[in-house]
Amino acid sequence: MSLFKIFDVSGSAISAQSQRLNVVASNLANADSVAGPDGQPYKARQVVFQTQMFGADPASAGVAVTKVVEDNSAPRKVHDPQNPAADAEGFVTLPNVNPVEEMVNMISASRGYQTNVDVMNTAKSLLQKVLQLGA
Amino acid sequence: MSNSLFGSIDFNSRALELQAERGRVLASNIANADTPNYKARDFNFQQALGAATAATAAGRAGAIEPARTSAAHLGGSSAAVSTVSLQYRAPLQSSVDGNSVDLDVERANFAENSVRYEATLRFLNGQIKQMMTAINGQ
Repeated sequence: MSLFKIFDVSGSAISAQSQRLNVVASNLANADSVAGPDGQPYKARQVVFQTQMFGADPASAGVAVTKVVEDNSAPRKVHDPQNPAADAEGFVTLPNVNPVEEMVNMISASRGYQTNVDVMNTAKSLLQKVLQLGA
Repeated sequence: MSNSLFGSIDFNSRALELQAERGRVLASNIANADTPNYKARDFNFQQALGAATAATAAGRAGAIEPARTSAAHLGGSSAAVSTVSLQYRAPLQSSVDGNSVDLDVERANFAENSVRYEATLRFLNGQIKQMMTAINGQ
């Protein structure tokens, strides 16, 4: 039954979107982390999506996260001489996480997730109707 | 014998196969709604169904025939290998990342395709019931 392939396709999309949501969560959680394990401020991360084919079948194309890249843009600098992490001039280096961008990313990921769940539910109800064929 | 009894069931099963295939293509488009440089695809259902029924009539090109070791064996064949030709959808609005999936269009098409799939299932069910009535003779 070729409808079963929909579960592979939408399932891969769901796991990719949840990985994206995971990255958004870490970015937001670390929006104010002045130092990571290496002593450097946290850098925002983004997932990279890529189409993933299932065998030789051209009709079904899933999606996979091929890599997670770090955002190398300049970190935020805030003047706060009281902070223990402040440098000689009184500036604290904060992560380059943009909370607005992350919120947009989160909404987009959750919409993508929902849509793919809807597709799987439709495929499931159609397959159940196929099972009742002739009954 | 085979044609008059099973002809329309055969036709509807071809339609069902193609609708499942279209569902897969549309699900792929929805899955890749956020993938950079992915191009949305679809196929012309009418043409594909025409080609599939023509292939059935012409002895199913590309189908695998079982070996017959006796003249009394009935012929049979597996489903014809899929012959749909996928085409890229013309984008309504272009996007910077090169993705041409319009989620609204894809969702609408997927819903429509699901209703059509269900309709075909209903036709098949009706034909099977009719046949059962004929067999039972009641």
